Amino acid sequence: MGANSLPIILLVPLLGAIGIALTGRWPNVRETISLVTALALAVLVFSWFPEVLDGARPRFTLSEPLPGLSLALSLEPLGMMFACIASFLWIINTIYSIGYMRSNNEKHQTRFYICFALAIAAAMGIALSDNLFTLFLFYEILTLSTYPLVAHKGDPKTIASARVYLGILIGTSIGLLLPAIIWTYVATGTTTFTLGGIIQGNVPGPAVGLLLGLFVFGIGKAAVMPVHRWLPAAMVAPTPVSALLHAVAVVKAGVFCVTKIIIYIFGVDFLFSQPSAQWLQYIAAFTIISASIVALYQTNLKRMLAYSTIAQLSYVIMATVILKPLAEIGAAVHIAAHAFGKITLFFAAGAIYTAAHKTELWQLAGIGRRMPITMAAFTIGALSMIGVPPTAGFVSKWFILAGAFQAENYLAIFTIIASTALNAMYFLPIVYFAWLAPDAPDVDMNHGEAPAAILLALGVTATLTIVFFFFNQPLLDLEGQLVQSLPL
Amino acid sequence: MNLADHLPALQVAVPLLTAPLVILLRAGFLAWLTALVASLASLGLAILLTVAVLETGTQEYYVGGWEPPYGIALSVDGLSALVLLLITGASSLALAGGRQSLRLDIDNRRAPMFYGAWLIAMAGLCGIAVTGDAFNVFVFMEISSLATYILIAAGRDRRALSAVFKYLIIGTIGATFYLIGVGFIYMMTGTLNFADMALRLDDVIETRPVIIAAGFITIGLALKAAIFPLHIWLPRAYTYAPNAVTVFIAACSTKVAIYVLLRFNFTVFHGNLLGHSDLFSVFIIPLALSGILLASAIAIYQGNVKKMLAFSSVAQIGYIALAAGLASQAGLMAALLHMFNHALAKGTLFLCVLAFILTSRSAIITDLHGIGRRMPWTMAAFVLAGLSLIGVPGTAGFISKWYLIVAVMEVPGWGVPLVMAIIASSLMAVVYLWKFIEAAYYGEPPPGGDTAALEVTLPLRALIWVAALSNVYFGLFPQLPLALAQSGTGTLLGGLN
Repeated sequence: MGANSLPIILLVPLLGAIGIALTGRWPNVRETISLVTALALAVLVFSWFPEVLDGARPRFTLSEPLPGLSLALSLEPLGMMFACIASFLWIINTIYSIGYMRSNNEKHQTRFYICFALAIAAAMGIALSDNLFTLFLFYEILTLSTYPLVAHKGDPKTIASARVYLGILIGTSIGLLLPAIIWTYVATGTTTFTLGGIIQGNVPGPAVGLLLGLFVFGIGKAAVMPVHRWLPAAMVAPTPVSALLHAVAVVKAGVFCVTKIIIYIFGVDFLFSQPSAQWLQYIAAFTIISASIVALYQTNLKRMLAYSTIAQLSYVIMATVILKPLAEIGAAVHIAAHAFGKITLFFAAGAIYTAAHKTELWQLAGIGRRMPITMAAFTIGALSMIGVPPTAGFVSKWFILAGAFQAENYLAIFTIIASTALNAMYFLPIVYFAWLAPDAPDVDMNHGEAPAAILLALGVTATLTIVFFFFNQPLLDLEGQLVQSLPL
Repeated sequence: MNLADHLPALQVAVPLLTAPLVILLRAGFLAWLTALVASLASLGLAILLTVAVLETGTQEYYVGGWEPPYGIALSVDGLSALVLLLITGASSLALAGGRQSLRLDIDNRRAPMFYGAWLIAMAGLCGIAVTGDAFNVFVFMEISSLATYILIAAGRDRRALSAVFKYLIIGTIGATFYLIGVGFIYMMTGTLNFADMALRLDDVIETRPVIIAAGFITIGLALKAAIFPLHIWLPRAYTYAPNAVTVFIAACSTKVAIYVLLRFNFTVFHGNLLGHSDLFSVFIIPLALSGILLASAIAIYQGNVKKMLAFSSVAQIGYIALAAGLASQAGLMAALLHMFNHALAKGTLFLCVLAFILTSRSAIITDLHGIGRRMPWTMAAFVLAGLSLIGVPGTAGFISKWYLIVAVMEVPGWGVPLVMAIIASSLMAVVYLWKFIEAAYYGEPPPGGDTAALEVTLPLRALIWVAALSNVYFGLFPQLPLALAQSGTGTLLGGLN
């Protein structure tokens, strides 16, 4: 395929959104269009995979509003992976959404599917962005298109939470990310992602750390503390939206942006030589440990998962700032691994809510006996979070740890070990209680499994979490290209 | 001489001569139609002039064939063309979209007079943009101002009367200051032609009357341009004017005053007065900064959506003034671009507000709760234009904000604080716009309020969307405003050589 067909990747979900808007009156048609669009997008995105694996780097410029500042798309290993994950999980999430939204009789379903398609289009734009300007544009579109999803219920409490969501994401992006982009542009005269970075020689040493800070905290979607508050706030959204936020698009876009900026704007080697940039690993370590501790104290299932996500995102950040080849691969792979595990966990949480209307942890005692499929999937997801083989989480943790040893970075090694223990401490008791404990008193136990669409979706993601452990070579080869120029 | 050579004169003559014709018409509809046709014709002329300027450079025209400095010269360069596009575009947009709204606001018997005044106001504004003569500017300024007072006071809202009285007093002070300044310069140089003035001032530089003249002219025009804290006439005038009038004047009238301010300060004074650019910067930048920050903060607390947008205009004028105050190439580019882009965004926003008020008869935000669910098309356009006002990439507002930030980064020592101020104000823009957007989409409708779907007519909706999409178009393909701003910057800084 020629590079001219890159914009079609954005166009497909946009056309899907229009189709959904036009057929809102007929739910069956509307949801068929949703599903067909998702399938078409995934086929389109995956058809690029072999070419990019062979080293192709297609590039397409849409327009150039200002000299040196263009709206351009390109595919490279990191973006290819993110596009694959997002487009593939969109299919499963659509199946799940259909089951969830119908069973719970949610209102405004047309708006829901439209915004969902727009968010996917924005995520594709982020994945394919060729420069910081394009990245920023789609980053903002992603924030705006997910706002109606978070505020879906529309009651005052939800609106207040949605305001926190929007306020933090827009505030940090305009207040920190945009100045960082402008600074980069003024200092280097370009914003194009270039392997090896563009900062070297253009920004004086101590300022590099500051610029890195503007980028990392400006990308609020990566939820590095203290800009993580929007993520628990967004838990008011319906579960498919939580899955979108946590696994498919939003937080993944955040860590993807940070990784991409560190690799393509700063340059791994250059950043490793800058003492002023070392602070980030301390912040990441702090975020991992404290978010895990906060998760320990949560009593609400979805809130616990939210804090778990915050910790897992900082794994990616931490892996990136170890700044060694194996760790960079680990960071990229962890984006994928965490996506499969976390989407499974959220699907399970949503299934429990749909079938049994339970949201609190204490209500889950004995639920595994009534919802065996759901809880089996949940268990696999939880094991992947902890990093137990044979699950996806183990693969990425292996690479991150290998990278940490390569760099002799004991802070990272200690953090990963401590957080593995913490993860086990908050996930294993739930698994144990769900399967083995006696039923919780005063809880309605007359329910079975969730509807088939929901089970199908979570079954697929749970299977994938395990399959990924055995079959991950293409992805490793692809991400290996990121670092092949670096000394091992 | 063919007709094309008379374009600069026609730009003023067409609306000015149509005005009495409109007054003679008896029916409101015919008067409106004629005014719209005249306005569209003016827009066509402005486009022709723009094309001519971009192809062949400045268009000179000597009225009656008398050469300057004895006769009156009209001169249209990139800067004037930009302003002409704004004036005629805003007028056409407001007239085309304002028919239903104006029928409610204006008594049918007085409608022909109203549309006559509209055309006179437009003729005056165009006159300011095309003329190359300082006294001419004053005359056209008075013509447009007096007609604008009529337009603002013509509605049924009686609060407009006190608002317009304030505007009248302040506007007259501004115009008088300007006239005093021009008088001093005439006394010292014996000429009123801008180009000639710039040459002859060279002989009398650093004399007290010239310095005083510069002061009077700058302050007088700052009053007209509503540069903070000389803006006090603006919020009430915008708020209580008929909605279509607000669309028209909010998009262009203050911009025209800024145009004259720039022309005088850069083409006339800069080359002659030593240290003038420093003085100008020292005077204008603190005012602009306070405007950017304070007016945005005040906008957050407004309960009336028109007033909120009016205070936002004061802040946006602050951006333009700040950029111009930097007195650099990049700064002037930013100022001229922002004149254009802000007009696009604010025109669209006020047009959406016009539509809201048309259906729900109130500009109070609490009455407009839930309007986004009832009027999804209009509200989506409002959001789009709002994003442009904030300066989100992909919209026109981003282009000018980008230039502005690049320009202030060049200021030694002050770059970072100025960037922070701009960003703080952008974030405040997010807050005040989102307050309204959230109320419109998710707010509980007022008790007893209707919740049924409710949209304005299809043509108006289409017009709103054309306006909204133009914000996106000029955000992705800003070649036209960039070319005009570049040419305008060249003219303005030519005075420095």
